[in-house]
Amino acid sequence: MSHVRVLVGTKKGAFILTSDGRRSQWKVEGPLFGGWEIYHLKGSPADPDRLYASQSSGWFGQLVQRSSDGGRTWEPVGNAFTYDGIAGTHQWYDGTAHPWEFKRVWHLEPSIEDPDTVYAGVEDAALFKSADGGKTWAELSGLRKHGTGPRWQPGAGGMCLHTILLDPVNKGRMFVAISAAGAFRSDDHGATWRPINKGLRSEHIPDPTAEVGHCVHRIALHPSRPEVLFMQKHWDIMRSDDSGDSWREVSGNLPSDFGFPIEVHAHEPETIYVVPIKSDGEHFPPDGKLRVYRSRTGGGEWEALTKGLPQKDCYVNVLRDAMAVDSLDACGIYFGTTGGQVYASRDSGDTWEPIVRDLPAVYSVEVQTLR
Amino acid sequence: MIRVILPAHLKNLAGITGVLDLEIATAATQRSVLDAVERAYPMLRGTIRDHASGKRRPFVRFFACGQDVSHEQADAPLPEAVSLGREPFMVIGAIAGG
Repeated sequence: MSHVRVLVGTKKGAFILTSDGRRSQWKVEGPLFGGWEIYHLKGSPADPDRLYASQSSGWFGQLVQRSSDGGRTWEPVGNAFTYDGIAGTHQWYDGTAHPWEFKRVWHLEPSIEDPDTVYAGVEDAALFKSADGGKTWAELSGLRKHGTGPRWQPGAGGMCLHTILLDPVNKGRMFVAISAAGAFRSDDHGATWRPINKGLRSEHIPDPTAEVGHCVHRIALHPSRPEVLFMQKHWDIMRSDDSGDSWREVSGNLPSDFGFPIEVHAHEPETIYVVPIKSDGEHFPPDGKLRVYRSRTGGGEWEALTKGLPQKDCYVNVLRDAMAVDSLDACGIYFGTTGGQVYASRDSGDTWEPIVRDLPAVYSVEVQTLR
Repeated sequence: MIRVILPAHLKNLAGITGVLDLEIATAATQRSVLDAVERAYPMLRGTIRDHASGKRRPFVRFFACGQDVSHEQADAPLPEAVSLGREPFMVIGAIAGG
């Protein structure tokens, strides 16, 4: 019988939630790495027992942990993230040039084919790759050095590379997103890169349609159709049908098009999910109602999903890496909140229930469907 | 024999309990002591001193013989009581909220 393993990164440790395919009874294990910030943990598609975790602390810096037994045991691997060559500068909040400085790993993306290959998106924004199970890391510096890097600047959360998408069809194609620089694409395994922000419009930057400078919060794709991308920008839900060469807005009837995560249904490439947040100044749901919005038309037309979610006095946030789907026949959707709840839906979002409700603030949620 | 006390998080990371006893062939300095700590426990590299700069991380402090020696030179001799193993070299996670 199938099983589901939900990997939860929080402000004070990691948790692993497991259930059989019915997804009605959950076992909660953790905290792992108690007291440390776990920005993200994720399993290898090629070997689901191989997990990687980003463990960090304001005191003791960055660590990367690796498990080869599905999270029962862990070992620290390499934590030296050294920028390639002269690090150079990017824009600082006051417009001055600021040296690139490594701060933390926001996102770990294991290779689709090889359990020992994993990519790391870091702050200050750069992409690193390990081909030896995380022991050593090398920067794919073609991203940072393609030309626009000196114009990148941090968002309120720092200048982070937070999204890494590996194209399962077009080998060597990958996408990343950076706050607040925008989205970028490589067609040669990360060697060379170019911005893919045409069609984005951001009123909070001097040139709203600039080549870079957009605060992209998240990008998602469906593996069967990777040329179609969905984006939650700072404001605006965007869609591209040409691998990011152009974008159009599909915010439609959402109560707010500000938010952080965006996710695609496991079996329906035109069904997407977002969690509207009131505004960039007020990071909580509009009207105190926690609502996931689903579009079955690839954007434009949205419906509120509320059954089982708090519909009054709710003022949590849902961060960009904190939503994921399983691939069981009835697609499961999961998201975590800054209030420490992890909600799950067994029916594509029609109904929800908390599978754990008192964790530290949730930073990330990933789901493994184990068969 | 040099005695080193690590903060709880780093003891957990290294899988050790209690005080760390280390033999150091050269004079006891911050650098020689921390080099020895990291040789014995490589997973601690980057957690006390920054990987890139080699400098003490901002929220880590070094205490010895009731003194904060964090701002001493990395190659300055530590107090004799530390070098003789009578007093520990303490790595402290600063009180900084969280």
